Amino acid sequence: MRTLKLIIRNAFRHKLRTGLTLLGITIAILAFGMLRTMVSAWYAGVEASSANRLVIRNSISLIFPLPMAYKDKIRQVNGVNLISWGNWFGGVYIEEKNFFPNFAVEPKSYLALYPEYVIPDVQRTTFINDRKGAVAGKKTADKFGWKVGDTITLKGTIFPGNWEFTIRGIYKGKDRSVDETQLFFHWDYLNETMRKTAPLRADQVGFYMIGITNPNLAGEVSTTIDRTFKNSLAETLTETEKAFQMSFVSMTEAILIAIQFVSIVIIVIIMAVVANTMAMTARERIGEYAVFKTLGFGGWFIAALIFGESLFISLLGTVIGIGLTFPVAAAFADYLGTYFPIFFVELQTVYLDIAAGILVGLVAALFPTWRAVNIRIADGLRRIG
Amino acid sequence: MRVPVSYSFRNLWTRRLTTILTASGMALVVFVFAAILMLAEGLQKTLVDTGSYDNVVLIRKGSQSEVQSGIERLQASVIETQPEVALDAAGRPMLAKEVVVLISLPKRGTDKPSNVIIRGINEASLAMRPQVKLVEGRMPRPSSAEIIAGESVSRRFTGAGIGETLRFGMRDWTVVGIFDAGSTGFSSEIWGDADQLMQAFRRPVYSSVIFKLRDASGFDAFKARVESDPRLTVEAKRETRFYADQSEMMAKFLRILGMSLTIIFSLGAVIGAMITMYAAVANRTAEIGTLRALGFQRRSILGAFLMEALLLGFIGGAVGLFFASFLQLLTISTLNFQTFSELAFSFTLTVEIVWQALLFSLIMGFVGGVLPALQASRMKIVDALRTT
Repeated sequence: MRTLKLIIRNAFRHKLRTGLTLLGITIAILAFGMLRTMVSAWYAGVEASSANRLVIRNSISLIFPLPMAYKDKIRQVNGVNLISWGNWFGGVYIEEKNFFPNFAVEPKSYLALYPEYVIPDVQRTTFINDRKGAVAGKKTADKFGWKVGDTITLKGTIFPGNWEFTIRGIYKGKDRSVDETQLFFHWDYLNETMRKTAPLRADQVGFYMIGITNPNLAGEVSTTIDRTFKNSLAETLTETEKAFQMSFVSMTEAILIAIQFVSIVIIVIIMAVVANTMAMTARERIGEYAVFKTLGFGGWFIAALIFGESLFISLLGTVIGIGLTFPVAAAFADYLGTYFPIFFVELQTVYLDIAAGILVGLVAALFPTWRAVNIRIADGLRRIG
Repeated sequence: MRVPVSYSFRNLWTRRLTTILTASGMALVVFVFAAILMLAEGLQKTLVDTGSYDNVVLIRKGSQSEVQSGIERLQASVIETQPEVALDAAGRPMLAKEVVVLISLPKRGTDKPSNVIIRGINEASLAMRPQVKLVEGRMPRPSSAEIIAGESVSRRFTGAGIGETLRFGMRDWTVVGIFDAGSTGFSSEIWGDADQLMQAFRRPVYSSVIFKLRDASGFDAFKARVESDPRLTVEAKRETRFYADQSEMMAKFLRILGMSLTIIFSLGAVIGAMITMYAAVANRTAEIGTLRALGFQRRSILGAFLMEALLLGFIGGAVGLFFASFLQLLTISTLNFQTFSELAFSFTLTVEIVWQALLFSLIMGFVGGVLPALQASRMKIVDALRTT
């Protein structure tokens, strides 16, 4: 107990130095937490995907469509219990920077496939019955101030023209890992319009989304479907939703690696700062340590003093840093919601923060301890600051 | 009377451990700072070099990239007859009707697929892009299933090396040549005959029309006329502008991320420098008193300690830059959110970045050292001498 008191007293002997070190650790832990959160936001789509859903797309690449006629053949495959389809619409609301994902989908089956989108029953029915209706996620609706019944216009980038929709529903996520920024409307509306303006592009879907009865069937169902359409004009590629989402993540892997690397660099920087503080502290107190030794305290006691102080400072900074991470992450999510629809601090990030704090404290104390423990009493007493 | 520089230098030398720790903290910050500038420069260079100022790109109105766009044959022919289109020596228009699609190809070694742009070209395509040069093999014969691959594609994707074949659109395509397009976006593309590719992909329309202006200043008039022509639903952009727009989002993302990281990191390093310098001042109170008693002025003391902090910053900056310069060997390839295809670019170090990074490290040293140095210079001689 007395040792603990000594450690805390020691830590605040140089108020300015300790204050600055604490500030440094706080900033570093905050930055580390934010970067880690960014990494998990990157994987948000993967995390949110269900093992019961498979995505079927054209094997050449995402931009090539599949014929509508595949629908019935896919439905016949053993293990498929739900089928929906849609297109990435890529519409722009007023300006390009107002980006949010928007899809033309077959509404009834799509909503059945995604039970995590929670919509009031009345809104669901009116949406399904209105061919020009659309459902928007809560975040997007709030951002632009849309209410149920409002008419909005999207400018088509892939499908030319101005497209009018009536907001018939606003969905909420079942939990916070669900993306609440998307907008869905009737695929039929898109298809009917394409039939009139560009008949060659009608009756084509961007992707099929199927629900399977049992996640264990995923491999079997995928190969059956892909084999069915082998050597046709539009060969398919069927994969689990998770693998599909993962392909986007792996395409941006370079950025991800850079962020992870940088998050480690910040910890190393702060390690250098804390190690410096501890080195200076230990150097100044060499005389005191010599006195302790003269009084009969062992090397372990001195080591405990230095390690204790180092850990105390770094953990205090870590706690403040973690406390700040939450409000800062919330502000960040508001500001950069376009890039990161899902942005919240995971429990795992907090654990990593604590681990980083402990590591910094331990590493910083190593060298000064070694010096303090090994110095001979006479040398220690002789030395002047 | 000035305090000699060697005094500052020797002080750093005496406290080697502290100096090394502080300087390495700064070195890491400068490393990150320089890396971000180099990345931004590399991206910028890739985009600026990709387009030529004299070239005009036409895509369908409202579409943001060539992949989303579609221009019917009829419309393409209308554009071909515009008077602004330059003619080559043989009197043919320097205009290419191109088709651009994405295909997903597995990467070498990992098998993870990524999107690659495949561009259907005409004879004029190459002539309009002097930065594209064939380095190996030959050009594809017209109307054949032959393709050429950009250098960075052939290196990174399975089946894209010379002599290898790629399968898409129910046909096998032989890679007969490798082209080098320097640090431009074209290096991340595969080129083949436009008509063949349109057949293979069942695309009856072109994606974009690119032509060289007869007179570089004629762009505005051309744009105004073409965009109001009722037969056409296109928008015209200079090629340089077109490619800059294409990666605006990515550039913005890198800029925001980079700048916020640098600011946070430099705060950490400045704090480190401040701790070191405060300690340096505190440990030498008696010494400072002696210097003052010997007749050195307050200003000289301030100068000496600032010099020490600046030296610290400079060492950090130099070390950081040294390691950052090795980044030039790296090439980053990532998905461009806007075109949805791979874009490869490398870290580029310029003289300007060297100056900026060094200046940045000196500023960090200065900010970290100014308060402690002021404290040192304000000490009263008697008080300072009295402390032991």
